[in-house]
Amino acid sequence: MPGITPSQTVGPFYAYGLTPNGEYAWNDAFTNNLLTPDVTGDKIRIEGVIYDGDGKVVPDAVLEIWQADAQGRFADPQDTRGLPNSSFRGFGRSGTTDAGEYSFDTVKPGAVPGHDGKPQAPHIVMAVFGRGMTMQSMTRIYFEDEAANASDAVMNLVPADRRATIIAKKTAPGVYRFDIHLQGDNETVFFDV
Amino acid sequence: MTLIYPVESNAAHAPRLSPGYKSTIKRAPQKQRILMPHTLSETTGPVYGHETVRPGDHDLTTMHAGEPLGERIIVHGTVMDEDGRGVPNTLVELWQANACGRYVHVWDQHPAPLDPNFTGAGRTVTDAAGNYKFVTIKPGAYPWGNHHNAWRPAHIHFSVFGHSFVSRLVTQMYFPNDPLFPFDPIFNSVTDEKARLRMVSDFDLDVTEPGWALAYRFNIVLRGRNATPTENH
Repeated sequence: MPGITPSQTVGPFYAYGLTPNGEYAWNDAFTNNLLTPDVTGDKIRIEGVIYDGDGKVVPDAVLEIWQADAQGRFADPQDTRGLPNSSFRGFGRSGTTDAGEYSFDTVKPGAVPGHDGKPQAPHIVMAVFGRGMTMQSMTRIYFEDEAANASDAVMNLVPADRRATIIAKKTAPGVYRFDIHLQGDNETVFFDV
Repeated sequence: MTLIYPVESNAAHAPRLSPGYKSTIKRAPQKQRILMPHTLSETTGPVYGHETVRPGDHDLTTMHAGEPLGERIIVHGTVMDEDGRGVPNTLVELWQANACGRYVHVWDQHPAPLDPNFTGAGRTVTDAAGNYKFVTIKPGAYPWGNHHNAWRPAHIHFSVFGHSFVSRLVTQMYFPNDPLFPFDPIFNSVTDEKARLRMVSDFDLDVTEPGWALAYRFNIVLRGRNATPTENH
């Protein structure tokens, strides 16, 4: 059996290929706006800043998210429970600005089953790529206004004093803040998946 | 068929902290990663519509008024899983420097010319057998600031999806026998030699088109294997 192809850094110059955003002679396959005209559920914005080990912002990261729709269904036939009844695809990609900022416009996901069949707390999975990162680091975005966080099986694998790093804070109606710290006392929890 | 994604396969990857590649020092997460069971959130992934890839997006030499300068090449291969099965209908994106080693990116200050006929980005979707094909220009080597007289070997950046969010791969494809290999800390961040060499394409005379373009084969192996092997049948 062949071994897998190793990852290499996305490097500093990915933008014209992955996130051209109208600045280059290339079109976006994905954007940071996951909303579709027909999507149902609570529309939310997730925004934040990514920091390195010196507390400096990271202006050349790429963040990708994958999530279920508001009814907890993935737009992938491998989720055999049934597909979304909208054109919501659940995948988004954002570069970061010179100030290290990113954002996503999406819907708050519904609960999906965990490995034990019990519902997980609503969450979004996120891959963090960047210059100086040999491969993506995987985290999860949970929401502070979800009581189900307390019983979430994955959340409970995380030491209690680190859980706050993966819980987005509600800063305004429909707006959540999720900062990412690659290192330091507040290093974001990353998962071995 | 249900695929599983053993975390052990990740051993092929570079360590996140690879001090020779200096930018990793302040950017590699340092705390213990949390091992977790995969759920639907990890074992599903995006599906692409016809709007994602347009006809011609695989040919980087025909996107402008004229042909780009440099050596025209064909880059092709098969995207497969860890059992060697082709991964059909999966998105492959690439981006690269031009023949002079200059990226169109606004931050790239390398004093080499831009080519008005070359952007350097492309994408395609694999066919039913997992095969893909691009037409492009052989990228040039270029200097970078990691250490004195640092040069990146010629490479093409690849972004591939696969069957799930955990099979997602961003990597770089290299060209055979590049003299810069021993000196490049990014290439050598992958410490397992066999794994490292899987990032090097093979010259492919069979697919080389007479009088037109050399071909290179770059197979890409993503995570994912059958949960119930059938070797005993």
